[in-house]
Amino acid sequence: MKTTLTKRYRFAASHRLHTSKLSDEENRHVYGKCNSPYGHGHNYEVEVTVAGPVNAATGMIANLGELDMFVEQRVIEAFDLKYLNEEIVEFRRVVPTTENICREIFRRLKGFPAARVERVRVEETSKNSFEYEEEAV
Amino acid sequence: MEGKGLPGRNAMIRITRKVEFSAAHFYHNPDLSPEENRRIFGKCNNPHGHGHNYVLEVTIAGEPDPTTGMVLDLKEMKEILQREVVERMDHKHLNYEVPELAGKIPTCEIIAVVIWKLLEPKITKGKLDRVRLYESLDLFADCTADGKASAR
Repeated sequence: MKTTLTKRYRFAASHRLHTSKLSDEENRHVYGKCNSPYGHGHNYEVEVTVAGPVNAATGMIANLGELDMFVEQRVIEAFDLKYLNEEIVEFRRVVPTTENICREIFRRLKGFPAARVERVRVEETSKNSFEYEEEAV
Repeated sequence: MEGKGLPGRNAMIRITRKVEFSAAHFYHNPDLSPEENRRIFGKCNNPHGHGHNYVLEVTIAGEPDPTTGMVLDLKEMKEILQREVVERMDHKHLNYEVPELAGKIPTCEIIAVVIWKLLEPKITKGKLDRVRLYESLDLFADCTADGKASAR
């Protein structure tokens, strides 16, 4: 049996899907409305899942206060109410699709000291969601 | 074996049933000092306790029975969840009134593990696949069979 703990967070941000690897016409074709030059925004919902043994003294996989602080500092403060394409350095060279947002959030959280971050799931809207997961090595 | 029924009848199906229960708890480890308890558990250390509306999602995996088309009759599953979980935990103080949690800190993870252990032997058709326990909309614990070790 394996036990994981998942906590939900949220941030609101704007982005534009556009890549310099494609022509303007191709960008419009691939990204459609998301290619609009002025950008647009979403209320993102983020689920962070941590895995590991349940600590015998605390009954916890990870202290939620510590997880909240880590996610808050590494992700929410950086992403909330920002233009992702410009203000998150990694998205100056990578298109901020929700797939890439998942991976970037995972990369930022991977170093959480108290437990292994197993999965990051991001809902861009209530109708679509994306997951990035790394199995234990 | 050749199936006579629908195509793909050997495919595994997962079914999930949801129940809710409301209960009180607080977090305190008598082996730690009062200061450590307050530091680790924060507001949850309040000795008067506090409560949640827990939402439990239980998933069973298996093949539908060729006669009934069911993995496990949802009526039967409802009765199992009622008997094993709701009657034990609904409107109870988890620190004091649930023997399976005695001496344990009733965090979401621990309650999910206890529920897994209560349900696993009762699921006679299909196999217990996942226990997901929501303490709030923003927090849940999952217990899953990891294929490496069976539940102790």
